[in-house]
Amino acid sequence: MRANTLIIGCGALAHELVAVLKASDWAHVDVDCLPAHWHNTPERIVPGVEAKILAARDRYARIVVAYGDCGTGGALDTMLARHDVERLPGDHCYSFFAGAQVFDALAEAEIGTFYLTDYLAANFERLIMRDLGIREHPELRDLYFGHYTRLLYLVQDDEPSDIGPNRVTGLPGDRMADAEAAARALGLPLVTRFTGLAPFSHALRGIAVVAA
Amino acid sequence: MADEDMLDDEEDIVLSELDDGELVEQMHDDLYNGLKEEIEEGTNILLGRGWSPSKVLDEALVEGMRIVGVDFRDGILFVPEVLMAANAMKGGMFILRPLLAETGAESIGKVVIGTVKGDIHDIGKNLVGMMLEGAGFEVIDIGINNPVEKYLAALEEHQPDILGMSALLTTTMPYMKVVIDTLREQGLRDDFIVLVGGAPLNEEFGEAVGADAYCRDAAVAVETAKTLVAERRQRRAS
Repeated sequence: MRANTLIIGCGALAHELVAVLKASDWAHVDVDCLPAHWHNTPERIVPGVEAKILAARDRYARIVVAYGDCGTGGALDTMLARHDVERLPGDHCYSFFAGAQVFDALAEAEIGTFYLTDYLAANFERLIMRDLGIREHPELRDLYFGHYTRLLYLVQDDEPSDIGPNRVTGLPGDRMADAEAAARALGLPLVTRFTGLAPFSHALRGIAVVAA
Repeated sequence: MADEDMLDDEEDIVLSELDDGELVEQMHDDLYNGLKEEIEEGTNILLGRGWSPSKVLDEALVEGMRIVGVDFRDGILFVPEVLMAANAMKGGMFILRPLLAETGAESIGKVVIGTVKGDIHDIGKNLVGMMLEGAGFEVIDIGINNPVEKYLAALEEHQPDILGMSALLTTTMPYMKVVIDTLREQGLRDDFIVLVGGAPLNEEFGEAVGADAYCRDAAVAVETAKTLVAERRQRRAS
């Protein structure tokens, strides 16, 4: 079956997008992802997503975007409105995984919260410690994180300590150990909250991924 | 020249053996590379040679950060490098600050700056504050997570020319309008120049919340602050 719908998403969501598509049996949907490390250089997100939209619009009846605002300051939404393309609602992917209401409550409960997802836990060393320069210059850690008070790991995998491939996302390794290492590196207490993929799946359905 | 040769050359540089022009250039490089100890050493050497604190600040530190700012804007340097450069500049300014105060030179303006309520991010704010200080402003930094009451208290205590507000989250930036609307309600809006900044902001947002200007980076914040303070003083004089 040829896909009629394209989800353009952040690479940090790739495993979860594929997992939801498989679980939902959405064979009519393709996924195309952009580099997750653009999280650190959000000015690249809007032109990158737009280029994908323009390249794909003749091939798909519907295009939707799996990004939050992600630090684009509304620029992503302005561009998407120009192309009449919807995106998942919310400022960040943490909101997709936790569900908007739960996320807002978590954020309000403690404003100094830094979030992990399964992807970010697995790639913490590269995306945060290396790419933000903290490994090379440890003094930068407190400049970035000095005001944070906790590290909250939003767990998608229902067995985060199982070192085999995750049954839901396929990510290998012990994510809980990764999260604990991240907490030690940042000098923050670790809190975990299981989200699974239900809120994310619900959010994708909410932007009306059209059935075949 | 091979990289190892260049590294050896860099390791052999003795700052005190450089003439003034060479030393200032080397300090620009050292600032660019985030070398705080070298900046502190260079600052002390120039002061020891009779340079005024403001000359050291302007020609070695502020000019060096200007170069950093240009390359950051052009995507050559990224946040970690800018932070290291700023950290190096802080080292120099720590030495210069008491000496500048001793000279009794008047500041070109006063700024109260803080991150809004619900927001703990301050990297941009700290950079802006440092660059404003380098440009000759007196800066009162009221920190992070500031409700409107704290802004008002700081404005009343310090009577600045400028109120600067920073936010890094789309969820917190609307609070800037709360602060500006409160100033208006209390008949204080025209008493202060209001500048806003932060990654999720843009010019449209700045206008919508009633700020005098949106500043996209520290360099723009400094130029905007200088321009608007000068314009305001001219208006008041006439």
